[in-house]
Amino acid sequence: MRLVAALLALCLLIVPAWAVIEIAPLSSAELEARYRVLIAELRCPKCQNQNLADSDAPIAADLRGEIRRLLEAGYDDREIAAHLVERYGDFVLYRPAVQKNTLVLWFGPGVLAVIGLLVLVMVVRRQRRSSGLDSPPLAAAEQQKLDALLKGTEPETRE
Amino acid sequence: MKNLKLFIPLLIFVVLGLFLLWGLGKDPSDMPSALIDRSVPEFSLPDLQNPGMTLDQTLFQGQVTLLNVWGTWCPPCRVEHPFLVALEKQGVAIVGMNYKDMPEAAREWLADKGDPYRATFEDREGRYGINLGVFGAPETYLVDHRGKIHYKHVGIVDEAVWQQIEPLYNKLVAASEEDRP
Repeated sequence: MRLVAALLALCLLIVPAWAVIEIAPLSSAELEARYRVLIAELRCPKCQNQNLADSDAPIAADLRGEIRRLLEAGYDDREIAAHLVERYGDFVLYRPAVQKNTLVLWFGPGVLAVIGLLVLVMVVRRQRRSSGLDSPPLAAAEQQKLDALLKGTEPETRE
Repeated sequence: MKNLKLFIPLLIFVVLGLFLLWGLGKDPSDMPSALIDRSVPEFSLPDLQNPGMTLDQTLFQGQVTLLNVWGTWCPPCRVEHPFLVALEKQGVAIVGMNYKDMPEAAREWLADKGDPYRATFEDREGRYGINLGVFGAPETYLVDHRGKIHYKHVGIVDEAVWQQIEPLYNKLVAASEEDRP
């Protein structure tokens, strides 16, 4: 059992490895590192739910080549992203800029979470009220009836 | 009042269902081109039919043109080709961009199936395709008489697609005729 647990824990150590293997490395380790980040954050226009690193589509390979060329030519990361947006639209960014048409994308989940929390608070409050924790003290007649029930003098008392 | 509240989940379900149903019918490849309302990017690329010569963006000056991206390696292009031949017979000017292809194979294809293109340039490595925002073939751009891109269609152009494009095409043709001195 312990062995199985240890093996399962080992599985957690496997980081997602992007499938691309380039034939020629970039001229420096720094460029190589930036390249890895860029192709992970830019989206393939053809196979729409994959990034450039992950995609096997010919256009993804071409765009990786283009990014390598731009990196070697001294473009910075923002210029490279802008270069692709200019040609393929905002669509290629997996991390789009905060602008009018991406507001829902950026803040929608937060707003939904807040709504969910509010609903949760309301439900809990209501339940607490109906469970009697917050209910007003009993009237005198009710109190008498309750005492009687607890003492077992009422005929309807259940065991 | 209490009873009405019971319908809230149903209401949410219906709204969500309609939203998802609407999403189902949409074509995910149907993205607006980033180049709409911009000029055809500059190029100077080999002329497929006249080896040794080059073509450039002045090709698009003077008449409304369809720019069709194709390759012999692309099966849907095979399906699309007869319709382009028919369109050209109707008088529509079409320019071809032979995308990531072998020139010999492309020339053979045109000799074989008919050549609907008033000119075809080669983008052998796909570098110009990136400037144009191409991500596959076939793709077709509607370019006005000044070289400005007005519309992009991803996929095969057939009768049904042409019916959608034609009103805009006719509008651009009318505008180009007004522009003529």
